Parts: sequence; structure tokens; C-alpha cells
Amino acid sequence: MKKKALGAVAVAAVAAIALAACGSGGGSSADSGKGEISYWLWDANQLPAYQQCADDFHKANPDITVKITQTGWDDYWGKITNGMASGTAPDVFTDHLSKYPDFIKTKQLVPLDDAVANDKIDLTQYNPGLADLWVGQDGKRYGLPKDWDTVALFYNKKMASDAGITPEQMASLTWNPQDGGTYEKAIAHLTVDKNGKRGDEPGFDKNNVAVYGLGLPGSDAENAGQTQWSFLSATTGWTTTDKTPWGSHFNYDDKRVQDTIAWWAGLAQKGYMPKLETTVGANAADSFGAGKAAINSHGDWMIGQYTSYKGVDVGIAPTPKGVNGKNASMTNGLADSIWAGTKKKDASVKWVEYLASAKCQDVVASKGVVFPAIKSSSDTAAAAFKAKGVDVTPFTEHIKNGTTFLLPITDNAAKVAGIMKPAMDAVIAGKSPASSLTAANDQVNALFAK
Amino acid sequence: MTTLTKQPDSGLSTVGGSRKSRKRGKSGAGFRAMGDLKIALFFIAPAMIGFVLFYVVPTIRGIYLSFTEYSILGDPEWIGIKNYEQIAKDPLFWNALGVTLEYVVINIVLQTALALGLALLMHRVAKSTLVRGALLLPYLMANVIAALLWFWMLDYQIGIVNQLIEWFGLPRVAFFGSEEWAIPTQALINTWRHMGYTALLIFAGLQAIPASVYEAASIDGSKAASTFWRITLPLLRPVLVLVLVVTVIGSFQVFDTVAVTTQGGPVNATRVLQYYIYQRAFAQQDFGYGSALAVILFLILAIVAFIQMKFLRGSQSDLD
Repeated sequence: MKKKALGAVAVAAVAAIALAACGSGGGSSADSGKGEISYWLWDANQLPAYQQCADDFHKANPDITVKITQTGWDDYWGKITNGMASGTAPDVFTDHLSKYPDFIKTKQLVPLDDAVANDKIDLTQYNPGLADLWVGQDGKRYGLPKDWDTVALFYNKKMASDAGITPEQMASLTWNPQDGGTYEKAIAHLTVDKNGKRGDEPGFDKNNVAVYGLGLPGSDAENAGQTQWSFLSATTGWTTTDKTPWGSHFNYDDKRVQDTIAWWAGLAQKGYMPKLETTVGANAADSFGAGKAAINSHGDWMIGQYTSYKGVDVGIAPTPKGVNGKNASMTNGLADSIWAGTKKKDASVKWVEYLASAKCQDVVASKGVVFPAIKSSSDTAAAAFKAKGVDVTPFTEHIKNGTTFLLPITDNAAKVAGIMKPAMDAVIAGKSPASSLTAANDQVNALFAK
Repeated sequence: MTTLTKQPDSGLSTVGGSRKSRKRGKSGAGFRAMGDLKIALFFIAPAMIGFVLFYVVPTIRGIYLSFTEYSILGDPEWIGIKNYEQIAKDPLFWNALGVTLEYVVINIVLQTALALGLALLMHRVAKSTLVRGALLLPYLMANVIAALLWFWMLDYQIGIVNQLIEWFGLPRVAFFGSEEWAIPTQALINTWRHMGYTALLIFAGLQAIPASVYEAASIDGSKAASTFWRITLPLLRPVLVLVLVVTVIGSFQVFDTVAVTTQGGPVNATRVLQYYIYQRAFAQQDFGYGSALAVILFLILAIVAFIQMKFLRGSQSDLD
């Protein structure tokens, strides 16, 4: 009896090991085209739109059900990676330009070239360049585009008019790394201390600021300054990497970016922007909503949040015209990818194609939360925002004018962020000079030398 | 058979005679051993299987992985001691070690001193179960909850603590945001959370000291302070060593507080070893390097525990 019990435990243990060992693998089988597939995304604001897509898709394909799981950004990538290792990753998931190179390297994504060819997906229906972002260095396509984003300035209209700054002036700000141009002038003028003195008035108390001209969500180094400083440094002619996509050399040792960062960090020293140490745990958008900042630069996916604060009339202005006389915005495009370990490959392909079709993207557009990748759907989205009383031209004009540049797509993205974030934090906190970025840059480039 | 009832010693002297009876029947032991072994194995098995599956195997695998380059996806690639060579040159590792030590020193010194004080109060003054129970309350809170609660209360902008500080006319403190304050703040939070529990362990040790020893001391005219230094503390030593070993090991492994508040920042101020391991392994998919860091942390803890046991003679008591 005892022996049996012991044996049973041993069998259970072996079974557990065996279970853990399998899991990866998969491939197509007879049932690969039907049943339930799982789909993950991180943005809760977009969940209702995609749930609608999933319901419509199920109606059109009754033998396929899509189960959507939303997980916040902070946990999203860890869960996906661990899922890939343990065989529980979702069949289809929202993919990011900074993450997918590592997935290609470890062969975790299904190439979509055959599907695109067989089902005659028209890649020209998307806004220019978006589809090709998802072609890896091996020439294969690993995702179909779903949306794009750009950056603009959200500002508090009442604070601006109290300061005598008109919407026209906000829309035509200029910037240079020496004196900050009219962008810095506006930021300084919108800053008010506890005694009511403005940032550009004599007697301004920079240690007791009631309203900061510019809000600060952090040094943004992990995203290459996407929403905070890249729209400025880009106008100096500087680029993050030697080429895009698939750069293998970073340029943080360049004087142009270091001057930009030095200027930006200087705002905190002048009292026009909160000190980095005071923002730990704080949410920049909520501080803006609470009337503690007059301008915040951010991406279009934040429109919903910025326009939701009660009692705050929000204006949207384009990023300032920089050194080259034009304004600029980093652009990033998301796509849906299929995990290589899926057991429902055919169904997953169908779902990804549906997500990338005008049918689904029009649904997403109508909710007015993001700009879909398909050109006509983008216009629908702009109209949906307009119906809500939000003029999104400052975001869309970058696409029309061709003033966008890409989020850097490279290998080792997580390691680069791991090195650049503390380095950039130290500069923004005023603990190190901007020239210290050169040492961090050497470390980053050493990652690619291996 | 050992004597179960212990007779009170007749004085302060604990040299006494050795009353340990070493008579053990040898006959029959060997005969019964085989039967005992089977039953023993049966009872040990559940714990043993768990220990092997979830401790020994992962430890050995971790040591193996520390000699490889491994991104969790794909197969580990053997690279010898390269990870360890890099760690020796890695400024972030040395920074993490320094930050961790700072945390451990602040946390352990304060926690042990406060817990000892609390234990003495529990022993002498606070006899009410309610009061004794209340001391344990912070420990009943999940680490993450306690950390988030303090994160909120100590917030620079909206935290109640900073409102109070400002009310007293003092400048606000960036408890989590400034490099100088971030580690002491987190050490204090965990001191607050753990001191009740630590006090309970020490309290148990205090109760094991026979009342007769104190009686004898007071008859000899010993003052409270010298009774504490000459009787309580020496007789408490084995318990204190145990408490120190356990809390120091726990303190070295601080992770959750950092993970839910500062995440290693500002700059590198709170990147403790355990968080650095997590970042390298799980955020940067560098499981080989992360494993090597974990092996080093394991060795550090083993050495620290060994030194504590050896030099504080934790396995011996002065009572016998």
C-alpha cells in the first residue's frame, strides 16, 4: 500500500516534468482553422473596439471564437515571453516595434508572407511605410499594421488665455537648443509660483511653483524620447541610430542630442518643469488634469484621457518648429503578430487579416481612440474625434506633411533601455552633465559589437 | 532517557554538573532500524519530493545556466565563466551590492533594536494579548500592499506625510524620488512591517529564560540595566542569532518593495541585487547573466549565515 502511494507520487512527479517539457512546438493540424483562439492587447481604452471586432468576426466565422485578454503594459511583455517559454502564449497578440526584433531572433513569430500572397492583402491601403515596418532583417513579414501614432502638445486653454497666449501662438511655437525659442518663452510665461509671479517675471520663486509650464512624466529614455524630447532633437538633423529600421549603432554621443537634453533638463533647474525626484509615483497626465501643469507633450493614444478631465478645457497644438524650420514627430505603428507555437494557425491568420482589414479598423476608428493604419479608416477616426469636439489635426498633419520619423527598431531594445534610462535620469535630475551620455552610448554600442 | 523536568539551578553559576544521561539502549536498535527507515521515508517523501523538485533541481539548473547565455526562448549556450567575468567589471553589480548593503544595515540595525525593545515591553509591561497581537498587525499585511500604502502616504505631491511636514513649515521631502532618501525610506517601511514579527520571535526567547535566574540576580542586588546586559542578552544569544540569520537573509533579498515603488530608480539608487537580477533575467531576457548574479547572491548569503552562526555561536546555549 505504501509502495503504491510512493509510486503514485513518483508518477505524478514524472508527469509534471513531462507536462512542463512539452507545450512548446505545435504546428498546424486538422483543427487549426477552427475553435477558440486567444488574442492579447495592453490598452484598456481599445478593448471595447476590439471586442466589437471579435464579435463581428465570430458572426462571419461561426466556427472560430476569439478570446481577448487585456493586460497592462508593465506586465504585458513579461507575460508574453514567459508564455512563449512555457507554451501558454496567446495565438495572436498586439506587437510593438521595439519588441518584435527579439521575437524574430528567437523564432517566436509566424511569417505572414504566404497568407498575404494567398489572400491578396493590399499593402498599399495602409498609410505609407506602416506595412514595411514589420518586415524583418530576413526579409519576411511578421505583422500586419493596425494603427499609428504621433505626438503633439496638450495645453490648458484657460491658463494660456490668462497668460495672453492665443491658440494661434500655441500653434506656431519655435524651438532651438540655445534659448529654447518661443517654446521656452511660452513655458516660462505659463509657469506661475505660489505668489502669482510668472516664470519670466522678476522675483519668480523657482522653489515654490504652483503651476509648471511643462509637465514631466520621466526621462523617457526607454522609448528614445518618443513623447518628451525626440520631436525636438529630430529637428537638429540628429537620428537615434545609424539607420532605421535595423540600426546597429546609437548616436547619443552626438552634440546635437546632448544639447537638446541639456536644454530640456535646464527647464527643471529654472523651475519651469517639475524636478524628476518629485515625479516618482506621480502621473503627469493627472497632474495636468489637476491644474499643476500647463503643457504636456504626449501621444495621440492619450487624447481620450487628456480630454476627460472635468473642468479642464484642453487645446492641442502641434510640436514646435525646430532648428530645420519644420516640426517633427516620432511615429510608431503597432501590428498584430501570430505566435509560432500556436495550434490554431489557420484561424489565427484569418483573425489577423480581419484585424488588418477595413471592416475592423473602421470599427476601431468609429470609437475615436486611436488612428487605424488604413488610410480611409484614419479619416473616419479623425471625423469621430471631431464629433467629440476634439481637433486632432496637430497629430494627423505630421502624416500628411511627411514630418514623421520612426521609433528606432533595433535588436537588444530591452538592454539598450536598461542602460539609457539610468543615464538619462541622472542628466534630467541634474546629477550628471549631458556629456555623460557619451559613456552610456559606448555601453550601448558595445552590445552590438558582440 | 533524558530528564524532562529541569531543576532550578541554585545560583548564578551555570557551570553545574552535566546531568545529561547518555545511556541509550543499543540492543534492538539495529533490528528495528530497517522498519523505521521505511516508515521514515514514507513520511519524508512529500517534503523530499517538493524539496528536490522545487529547490534542488532549480538550484542545480540555475548554477548550470549561470555558465550559459540563455534568453529563455531557444537553448542555453555554454560560455564558461564569461558571465562572472562580466559581473566583476559590471558597475551596476557593484552599485547593486552597495545599495543592498546600505539597505540591510539600516533595516537590520533598526529592526533588531526596535524588536528587542518591543519584546522586552511585551515580556515585562504589555501582558495584554490584544496589545501583543496589535504589534503583529503590520506583518499580516502583504508586502506589496504595505509598500504601496507608504508609497502613497509619502508621495511628494499628495502624500499626507508631506502635508504634515509642510504644515510644520518644513520643505517637502522626496522620500522615493531623491537618491539620498529612496533606500532609507524603503528600509524604514520594511522595518515597520517586520519589527512586530521579529519582536515575537525574541519574545519567545525571553520566555525560555527561567525566572529563577532573574530571582537569583535580584537577590544578589543586580540593577535592571546590568541584569539586561549580563543575563538577558547573553541567554538570549541563540534566539538573537537565529533571528539575525533569518532577517539578514530576508533583508538581502528585498525585492517587492522596490518593484512596486521605485523600480531601481532614481538613477541607480534603489537597484538592489534581487531587483537587478530580475531586470537582467526577466526584463532583458538575459537569464544566464541573471543566474550568475543569483549564484553570487546565494554565495554571499551562505557566507554571511556561516559567519553569524560561527562567531555568534548560534548553535550553543549558555543555559546548560
